Amino acid sequence: MAALEARGSPLDERTQRAGLCFAAPALAAIAVFFVLPVAAALLLSLTDFDIYAVADPASLRFVGLANYARLLADPSFWNALGNTLYFAAVGGTLSVAASLGGALLLEAPLARARGFFRTVYFLPVVTTLVAVAIVWRFLYHPRIGLLNRALDALGLPAVDWLGDPAWAMPAIIGLAVWKNFGWNLVIFAAGLQAIPAQLYEAARLDGASGWQQLRHVTLPMLLPTTSFVVLMTAIGSLQLFAEPYVMTQGGPGDATRSLVLLMYEQGFRWWNLGFAAAIAFVLFAIVAAATWVGRRVFAVERTV
Amino acid sequence: MKRRWLSALTLGALVALAVFSLAPLLWMVSVSLMPAGEATAAPPRLLPSAPTLAHYEALFSRLPLARAFANSLLLASAATALGLLTNSAAGYAFAKLRFRGRDALSRALLAALVIPGQVAMLPLFLLVKELGLVNTYAGVLVPSLASIFGIFLVRQYVLAIPDALLDAARLDGAGELRVFTAVVLPLCRPVLVTLGTFTFLGAWNDFLWPLVVLSDEALQPLPVALASLLGEHAPDVEILMAGSVLTVLPVVVLFVALQRHYLRGILAGSLRG
Repeated sequence: MAALEARGSPLDERTQRAGLCFAAPALAAIAVFFVLPVAAALLLSLTDFDIYAVADPASLRFVGLANYARLLADPSFWNALGNTLYFAAVGGTLSVAASLGGALLLEAPLARARGFFRTVYFLPVVTTLVAVAIVWRFLYHPRIGLLNRALDALGLPAVDWLGDPAWAMPAIIGLAVWKNFGWNLVIFAAGLQAIPAQLYEAARLDGASGWQQLRHVTLPMLLPTTSFVVLMTAIGSLQLFAEPYVMTQGGPGDATRSLVLLMYEQGFRWWNLGFAAAIAFVLFAIVAAATWVGRRVFAVERTV
Repeated sequence: MKRRWLSALTLGALVALAVFSLAPLLWMVSVSLMPAGEATAAPPRLLPSAPTLAHYEALFSRLPLARAFANSLLLASAATALGLLTNSAAGYAFAKLRFRGRDALSRALLAALVIPGQVAMLPLFLLVKELGLVNTYAGVLVPSLASIFGIFLVRQYVLAIPDALLDAARLDGAGELRVFTAVVLPLCRPVLVTLGTFTFLGAWNDFLWPLVVLSDEALQPLPVALASLLGEHAPDVEILMAGSVLTVLPVVVLFVALQRHYLRGILAGSLRG
C-alpha cells in the first residue's frame, strides 16, 4: 500500500502540495516564534547579553558556561529552586489529593446533581489568575482578611499570611489548590467513569467492603490517570509565576521567589538576558527530567 | 436508614466543597458593591449595607479599565481567530494529507510540547523588538499564531472523518481548498468550538507575555491593567474587587455557556491515546 502511494500519481502530488500549503502557516509560525527562540535561548545563555547589548549588540561576548557557573554559585538561584520545588511537592501533592477526593465524592453512587457541582468546582479554573490572586490577597490580609477574622472568631491568634516568611508559601499553595481543584477533578472523574462496573459487582460478590473496593479496585484501575495528573501538575507547578508576582512580589524576603519569577526579574527588570536564559534552561532541564521519569518509570503515555 | 445517612453526608460534603469553590468569588462580588471603606471597617460585613455600582462607574470613567476591557476583547478574539485558522488547516493536513516529512514533523512537534513556553520568552522578546512590534497588538499575538496542542486536537478529530467522504468531494471536482472549507470544516465544528473556547480563555487570562510586550497603558489588556491598578490603589479594596469582577465575569459566563466543549478539550488531551 505504502509503495503504491509513494509512486507519484497526479492525485498524490496534489495531496502532497495541498498538505504542505495547509500545514505551512502553522509550521512557519511555530518555527519562527517558538523553535527559533528556544534555540536562541540556548545560545543566549552562553553569552553575557545584558542591558548594554540590548542597546548595542556588538558589545556581546561569548562566555561559555559562565552563566551556569554563576547560577550554581548564586544563593538566590538555590533559594528560587528550593521555593519552586517546595511549591511543586507540597502544593502539587495537596492539589492532586484534593481533586482525587473531590472526584471520588462526585462520582459516588449516592451523589446527586453531579453536573451542577462539577460546574461549580470548575469555575475557579477559568477565572483570571491575576484577578483571583488579588481577591486572595485580601482574604489573607492580616487585619481585614476573612481568614483572620474567622480565626479570631474561633479564638485563635491571627496569622500574617503573606507577611510571614513561614506562611507566605503555604498561602500561595492555598490559592493554587483552590484554583486548580476542578481541573484535575474533571480528569479523575472521567477516569472513574471508565472503570467497568463489573469489577465492582465481582468485588461485592466476593464480600468486599466499600473501603476494600476503593483500595483494590478503584485506586489500581485509576493508576494511569493518577500518574498522568501527577506529572502534569508537577510540570505546571514548576512554572509558578503569577501567584507570587501579584500576591508577594517574591517576598517576604525571598520566601516566594520562584524560578520563573527570578527569570522574569533578571531578564526583564535588570536585562541580564544571558543569565536569565540560563535560568530558563535549568527550568527546561527539570521539566524534561520530570517528563522522562513520568514516561519511563510511571509509564505515562501522553503529555498533551 | 444507613443509606439515607450516607446520602445526606455525601450531599453535605458536596455542598461544603461548592462553598469552598464559590466563597472567594461571591465575596469578590459582594465587596465590589459595597460603599467605599466598608470592606475594611470593623465589625466585618459580608454583604453591602447599601449596594452601589459607584466603583464600576469609577473603573470606566476615572480609571482606564474600559480601554483595558476593549483591549482584552480585541486581543482574545484575534488570538482565537488566528489560532483557529492556522491550527485547523495544519491539523487537517497532519490527519489526511500525506506530505513529505509529515510523520517526522509530527514526532518533532510532540517532542517540542515538553518545552515550557518561558524558555522561548527572552529571545522572542528580542525578536519582537527587532521586528518593531514592542508595544503593538501584533507583538502580543505572535505566540498565538499557532499552537501544537491545537494542531493535535484538530488532527485527532479529523482522523475520524472517513476518507471516502473527502474522495467523493474530490471526484465531484472540488479542489483541495474547497474540500477543506466545504467538507472538513463543517464536520469539525464541535472541535473548533472546543479549540476556540480554549484559545479565547487562555488569551483572555494571559498575563506574563502581555506584561512583557506592552508597557503602553493604552494597549494593555485587563490582567496587566489590574496588576498596575493594584500597585496604585492597593488600599481601595472595593475598586480592586470591581476590577476583578470585570475581568473574571466574561470568562465565567463564556465557560458556563460552552462548558461541554471546554471539558471535552481537557479530556481529549488526557485520556484518549
